[in-house]
Amino acid sequence: MAGEKYILHTEHLERHFQVGIEVVKALKGVTFSVEPGEFLTIMGSSGSGKTTLLNILGCLDKPTGGTYLLDGVEISGLSRNDLARLRNHKIGFVFQSYNLLPRTTALENVELPLLYNAEISTHERKERAIKALEAVKLGDRLDHTPNQLSGGQQQRVAIARALVNEPVMILADEATGNLDSRTSYEIMALFQELNQVDKKTIVFVTHEPDIAAFSSRTVFLRDGKVLKDTFNNDIKSAREALDNLPPADDY
Amino acid sequence: MSIFNLLRIALKALQRNKLRAFLTMLGIIIGVAAVIAMVAIGQGSKQSIQDQLSSMGSNMITIRPSSNISPGGGARLDASSLQTLTLDDVKAIQKQATYISSISPAVSSKGQAINGAFNWPTTIQGVTPGYLEIRDWKTKQGVVFSDEDGTSAAKVCLIGQTVYENLFSPGDDPIGKIIRFNRIPFKIIGLLAEKGENAFGQDQDDIIIAPFATVQKRLLAITYIQNIYAAALNENVTEQATAEISSILRKTHKLKDTDDDDFMVRTQAELINTFSSTSQLLTVLLTAIAAISLLVGGIGIMNIMYVSVTERTKEIGLRMSIGARGIDILLQFLTEAILISITGGILGVLLGISTAKLITIFLKWPTLVSESSIILSFAVCTITGVFFGYYPALKASRLDPIEALRYE
Repeated sequence: MAGEKYILHTEHLERHFQVGIEVVKALKGVTFSVEPGEFLTIMGSSGSGKTTLLNILGCLDKPTGGTYLLDGVEISGLSRNDLARLRNHKIGFVFQSYNLLPRTTALENVELPLLYNAEISTHERKERAIKALEAVKLGDRLDHTPNQLSGGQQQRVAIARALVNEPVMILADEATGNLDSRTSYEIMALFQELNQVDKKTIVFVTHEPDIAAFSSRTVFLRDGKVLKDTFNNDIKSAREALDNLPPADDY
Repeated sequence: MSIFNLLRIALKALQRNKLRAFLTMLGIIIGVAAVIAMVAIGQGSKQSIQDQLSSMGSNMITIRPSSNISPGGGARLDASSLQTLTLDDVKAIQKQATYISSISPAVSSKGQAINGAFNWPTTIQGVTPGYLEIRDWKTKQGVVFSDEDGTSAAKVCLIGQTVYENLFSPGDDPIGKIIRFNRIPFKIIGLLAEKGENAFGQDQDDIIIAPFATVQKRLLAITYIQNIYAAALNENVTEQATAEISSILRKTHKLKDTDDDDFMVRTQAELINTFSSTSQLLTVLLTAIAAISLLVGGIGIMNIMYVSVTERTKEIGLRMSIGARGIDILLQFLTEAILISITGGILGVLLGISTAKLITIFLKWPTLVSESSIILSFAVCTITGVFFGYYPALKASRLDPIEALRYE
């Protein structure tokens, strides 16, 4: 099958919305594929259809036309419950606004995806959550609640949550949008490390060009179509960018 | 997701809004407490009525004469002046009946009892010693007259507490004293234990008890008897005993099949049934109140659950995006609702029991907390939780994850 060597494979993806009597075509035939280990950024201005694409890639929405294969699975025929299972097993979401449960410890937040996986025991759940938090260097913040953590730390908890179910792909939606540039670089450095060291496949939706510079490939969307699909030969290191920032002012 | 995890998540969610969870529970708490307390009062008074009826002897059977002449001819007479019962009837029953443990003929007369300067209007009852067994009546002091006293029509008597209080100065020993009843002297050989009022408010202690023959022959000078008292072997065979007595009496009275009974056989069980049906009505009313208050409590739960679902739309969206299925979300909110209602139920039961206890302590009303009312309120609470929690939970489970995630 065409999509077998890809983590993600879309062909002529279309998504139409019925708004009153008018049909809005948000996606008008998007075709691209992502191989394992890629760090792909999807860029586009607002209205370009990147949110719609993200929803479909995240199995939160189904395309009106075309095919979408996630890890070899065609999603268009799946039920709501099957999609939920797919999200649980194959995708790790990272959101712009972190979306951590308030008044719930970092550990419990990270455990959350595993709660919905009946095959994982309580003991294993905790073990894996601790491991994921250690991977994002928050091993010493297990019992902190979101309001006891900085924005960057909260986003790292969210990344740990995305990692804990060992997904085939991490799907990040403007994951640095709420952070200052220093913290953004820290988060990007973490993503790069996950990509380069742990060989995680990352799909990162953003509208900031300097974020795209840290990825290995960028898909530009405009008006519901792929405008450009470019490989990045000069991947910038977020770690270096972080080091080059002027030292933080101490007030 | 396992029940344990569901409970943990629900508990956490409730902990985040302790006050709100408590206020929501309050409706259920008050409803359940009211039901438990009211049923306890109802059951308590029912129990005390039954105890009073039992104090008259719960397996007691009363046989009265009755007219079998159909109305339409002549003046009908008071039962006590009917003369259809005789000592032969008593003997026949004694000999033939199998469901009877003891039996006593009875005649009574009203009159003035006099002891020196004291006098008191009261009733003298002529019976055999079996009567005290039937009534489960003990003596406080002295002894019961013997069968020989009965055959010799001895002028001895036992007096009730009220008679004692009115004929003697406090502290006087009545045993051996002679009192006069309608000019006939009686020697007091015993003082009866206190029985108190019966279910109709009659003072059961306002009585003098003497041997049957003494009252029948010396006082009343009659040959018939007014009543027969009998005791069934136990409460469960009173019906059989009644039927047996009826058939024996019909035989001794030589009644034809077409004739009506010329006697009446009555049991305490009939009285108890009357009171029971009254308290059953009370129970129905209380149940209605319970249903209404739990309905109101349930609407409270539903309201709060809707608020909670709206408030936590984003959380629902997140849970769905990381793999929660609709049923997981449904169960999560349903568990919360049930937890609220069951916790409310437990607190309500505790509050209800303590209210009942306080009522007994301060108002001296008898209360009886019944297990069935606790079980019932519990069941209703759970059902309320499921019923009123279901729709908000269903709403939550049907949210579109995309919209829920973007909800602000």
